[in-house]
Amino acid sequence: MGTKVFAPWDDPNAKPLIQFRNVTKRFGEFTAIDDLTLDIFEREFFALLGPSGCGKTTMMRMLAGFEKPTEGQILLAGQDIDPIPPNKRAVNMMFQSYALFPHLTVYENIAFGLRRGNMPKHDLHDRVQEMLRLTRLEKFAGRKPHQISGGQRQRVALARSLAKAPKLLLLDEPLGALDKKLRQDTQFELMDIQEKTGTTFVIVTHDQEEAMTVASRVAVMNDGKLVQVATPDRLYETPNSVYVADFIGDVNIIEGHATATGEETYRIDWGEGREPLTAKSAQPFSAGQACHLAIRPEKVTITAERPTDADNAVQGRVHDIAYLGNLSTYHVELPDGTIIKAQSANTRRIARRSFTWEDTVWLSWTATAGVLLAE
Amino acid sequence: MRRFVLIAIPYAWLLALFLVPFVIVFKISLSDIALAIPPYTPTLRDGFAEFWAGLDFENFVWLTQDDLYWKAYLSSVRIALFSTLLTLLVGYPIAYGMARAPEEWRPTLMMLVILPFWTSFLIRVYAWMGILSNEGLLNQFLLALGVISEPLTILNTNTAVYIGIVYTYLPFMILPIYATLDRMDGSLIEAAEDLGCSRAQAFWLVTIPLSRPGIIAGCFLVFIPVIGEFVIPSLLGGSGTLMIGKVLWEEFFSNRDWPVASAVAVVLLLILVIPIVLFQRNQQKQAEKDT
Repeated sequence: MGTKVFAPWDDPNAKPLIQFRNVTKRFGEFTAIDDLTLDIFEREFFALLGPSGCGKTTMMRMLAGFEKPTEGQILLAGQDIDPIPPNKRAVNMMFQSYALFPHLTVYENIAFGLRRGNMPKHDLHDRVQEMLRLTRLEKFAGRKPHQISGGQRQRVALARSLAKAPKLLLLDEPLGALDKKLRQDTQFELMDIQEKTGTTFVIVTHDQEEAMTVASRVAVMNDGKLVQVATPDRLYETPNSVYVADFIGDVNIIEGHATATGEETYRIDWGEGREPLTAKSAQPFSAGQACHLAIRPEKVTITAERPTDADNAVQGRVHDIAYLGNLSTYHVELPDGTIIKAQSANTRRIARRSFTWEDTVWLSWTATAGVLLAE
Repeated sequence: MRRFVLIAIPYAWLLALFLVPFVIVFKISLSDIALAIPPYTPTLRDGFAEFWAGLDFENFVWLTQDDLYWKAYLSSVRIALFSTLLTLLVGYPIAYGMARAPEEWRPTLMMLVILPFWTSFLIRVYAWMGILSNEGLLNQFLLALGVISEPLTILNTNTAVYIGIVYTYLPFMILPIYATLDRMDGSLIEAAEDLGCSRAQAFWLVTIPLSRPGIIAGCFLVFIPVIGEFVIPSLLGGSGTLMIGKVLWEEFFSNRDWPVASAVAVVLLLILVIPIVLFQRNQQKQAEKDT
């Protein structure tokens, strides 16, 4: 492939579009954002992910200008945006509630921002038409917001926030009000539009699947701090903490103590009378240090006999089976009561499934399957 | 059957307390004045044929001949329009402030708006006489401050009437406007600002249009009763204050001309039907929009 991979965050010479510099935001006693530093690059689709109350919406409102940082600076294209009021910022926002003006038609909603500038009439009309085409709303231009469906309203909100061609578009839980199927379609539509317009998108969401699907990079937040900022695959494969591993997808966490046995190889003692586990880790652990081994269920193999070549193998009993159609997740109970989840693809018809409840099975995984985490 | 009974109650109420009295008033308006008890003729005691023959539209013709009446109607409408505007100008900022106040304050503020209703309307108008008269509280206060050297003549002028009307009808303006502003999604203002509006533009382009149903409802709720208002102009207004309510009262009680008074009342009702129908239509349109 001749095309360069889009990864400005790995390029030390790239100039970020947005810079958070030691930003702290307090509401009275409550610290919403705690000394946070972050760079977001041009053309990125950046996701802020976290549980409600983690400060992600506050970050977005600070970018839009509705909140001011208590301490620190936010730079947009190298310029401190603190003194610029929301109506003067080259930043537009798509609101969670869409905030469409109920008294205006779809056309007028989209034209609203353009009419505030001194745009000539026919340019304005062309721009609105372009936005209507982009969001496939041509037929609904004359309707009022209460006369169209939820998905259409969502597209009007998007068209309205894109109409002024902002440097930065903020999306606050943009798909929260849509049902699952429509949400998935819209996610791809969003990515498509982001690519077409070349606008930098910052999306706030609590839905990890959504963040993983649309974003070029995801920032996982907790209690006003960034826990990890990485591409979706890195976040999934190499989480830097139990919090991230647990937040993104499904995971087994095994607690134990690490002892080095070779280069980047550790033995994990995880309880009296249990066979120690083996795991590889680039991150160094001192002898006897407490650690957590995080393994994704799909990286655990389930078999009837003990596999001969596996680095790690444990025996247990099938406690529960979660049937998801394409996949099944087996909850396997070890003799001491610990539950380990293993996932396998349902390549055969369900009637010919190899394992059922109460079967004794072996779980195995390689030394590189899991991630060894200190905290 | 149960449904029929439920519907029948309000209809019976309207029939007994609105339609029947109106028919009686209408009938009197077609009669002639007489020195008798009741002070008009004919009555049904005269026999139906004579009764029917005695009815005519003479009184309505009279209303068009004496210019007092149409001047009074016109003046009432003018006073009602102007005082509705004043009430709106005073009431809108109050409603806006209430809607913007912290959540925990709002019930208290609402209470303060409704509180005056706990005292009789008549007593409150008398209280204004005490405030506005030449030796009243307002003049004493201004004299003591040295702002004026002569007491201002406010009582018994149109100014006093406007003060009285605005004061009395303010809650009817505030409450519907507050209801629409309170319902408004605050993110709409943020969206307007985000799209390049200044605060003032956002207010003009978003807040005002969205509170329009409340403004219209409030204006009608003030305008309609003010046209027929009698107590305020007769207590606070002077001889120059011409309002149809006052004319009506004088026809009934001073002139004892029940037929002409009834004709005045019938015409007043017909004039009021227009804004009432418009008001109903506004409410209905709003209800349709909400569903």
